[in-house]
Amino acid sequence: MNETTQQVGPHKSRGALHDVWVIARRGLIHMKRQPEALSDATIQPLMFVLLFAYVFGGAIQIPDGNYREFLMGGIIAQTLVFSAFGVAMSLANDRKNSAVDRFRSLPIANGAVLGGHAVANVLKQVLPITIMSLAGLVVGWRIRGGFVDAVHAYVLMIAFAFAIIWIGVLLGSLVETPEGVTGIAFAALFPLTFVASTFVPVESMPGPLQVVARWNPTSSLSDALRILFDNPTGIPSQSTAFPTQHPVLYTWMWVIGLVVVVAPISIRVYKRSISK
Amino acid sequence: MAACPIEATGLVKRYGEKVALGGIDLSVPAGTVTAVLGPNGAGKTTAVRILTTLSEPDEGSATVAGFDVMKDPTEVRRRIGLAAQDATVDPLLTGFENLVMIGELHQLSRKEAKVRAGELLEEFSLADAGGRVSGGYSGGMRRRLDLAATLVANPEVLFLDEPTTGLDPRARNELWAVLDTLLDHGTTILLTTQYLEEADRLANDIVVVDHGQIIAQGDARSLKRQVGGDNIGVTVTQVERLGEAAQVLGRVTGTAVVEDPSTRSAVAPTEAGVSGLADVARALGEAGIGVEDLSLRQPTLDEVFLTLTGSPANDETPTDEDGAR
Repeated sequence: MNETTQQVGPHKSRGALHDVWVIARRGLIHMKRQPEALSDATIQPLMFVLLFAYVFGGAIQIPDGNYREFLMGGIIAQTLVFSAFGVAMSLANDRKNSAVDRFRSLPIANGAVLGGHAVANVLKQVLPITIMSLAGLVVGWRIRGGFVDAVHAYVLMIAFAFAIIWIGVLLGSLVETPEGVTGIAFAALFPLTFVASTFVPVESMPGPLQVVARWNPTSSLSDALRILFDNPTGIPSQSTAFPTQHPVLYTWMWVIGLVVVVAPISIRVYKRSISK
Repeated sequence: MAACPIEATGLVKRYGEKVALGGIDLSVPAGTVTAVLGPNGAGKTTAVRILTTLSEPDEGSATVAGFDVMKDPTEVRRRIGLAAQDATVDPLLTGFENLVMIGELHQLSRKEAKVRAGELLEEFSLADAGGRVSGGYSGGMRRRLDLAATLVANPEVLFLDEPTTGLDPRARNELWAVLDTLLDHGTTILLTTQYLEEADRLANDIVVVDHGQIIAQGDARSLKRQVGGDNIGVTVTQVERLGEAAQVLGRVTGTAVVEDPSTRSAVAPTEAGVSGLADVARALGEAGIGVEDLSLRQPTLDEVFLTLTGSPANDETPTDEDGAR
């Protein structure tokens, strides 16, 4: 065997961040090589922007402004919520391909695999967020608020992308196969993203659905982005529910709640699912 | 390095009601190869998973490369290579990217990992395929890549879980040739297999397991002696002359002959090996009996099990090895 890179004894650890980054890079290559994942991140958000702006948009009235400006917060929120599905798929595929065992037999830092998935997912969202922002500008959306609020909006998107991962980890650990993930994801994620202020004002829904939609974090994320960009929200001034009164705060509470409460549970369930 | 880089005592593993390992002791001296031979569900993969820190035993203990698998799993992982039963290369990464990633996760620098990946691709005849995604590889290429991946960090101890299962004979021969070079390299290896022939060819020591228990142990020759060695089989062209052929066979081998008219064949154990085969061929020729097939063959795993346990291998549900994943 060639001696050039041989050394005596094993190599010293390069730290958890190194391991996380190596596994995250793999996740990014996966996105590049999977046409459906790549289209989920590029063509799909573009299609949604165009479809809702030009096809459905004309039929939906927003009390306090232009529909295309209303649309953008919702569409970005929907994409971020859906990214949980991608994480769950990655985990299910890892188990299917026994990649989990390969990683576990390597001298890597604790949590590097999930950390790698998390970092990859956050980075994967940068592409659709950029595409949607640009497409939005083309169809007439504008950032009308201040610079600090706009930065806040993008920080909130990234934070939410990180937080929602843990739902994906939970889903990917509980469901055995990629096919199962698809089934459950669509059953859960479609109502979650559509029974919300994503595409239409909550006020247009029947009473009981309004309650669900108001407390749905997809609504509050949509509304928070609208408020931070100073776009129309469609929220009537007499609305008193906490999430509609304080969507930015309520969304941050979800972000923190997901990371502090859901993440530890997800990590435990994930560990149990891989160590039989 | 410890005298026995793989040392296990009383390993027990249960999955619910099912006992996957019922107290197994293993000891593999440095620089030698031990084959764990057994049918599906015998506990082979469970044993490998425990020794490679993927699974914890319910009872017993094990040290690998001098470290306790339960107390120091990271130290163990730094010193081992594992080729799991299904080749665990990443199908969306190229061969080169796979090896670089494993190298980096073995804490090589990116540059070192790239150099090492190039060397290994060359060594495993994958240099041309290195730039293609491994999902498009043939089964044999995927196994070679998997094997290359286990060697990235020059492990002290290698675990190969059924390295040739599912390969066609040509790919299997290629892989054996690769394994031969590893053995020359002096790596300590534990491999599992369902094939006596493979264990015989590659290992110094064979441990036969069934239902989570070790039922026999020793080198290939002593095991074969226990199960009665090789068989000579004759298939005649005309079934009327089978009786005559059986007589000739029995006279040469001096052992009991089993006739089977339905396949026009007769089988007898022999200890004379190939020279016995030549004697039988000559005797049959002198008697003028038409022979369709004449062969010397090793006892199959089934026959080994029949002899050692009194029950055929795979007498139970053909589960995916202990359902460990």
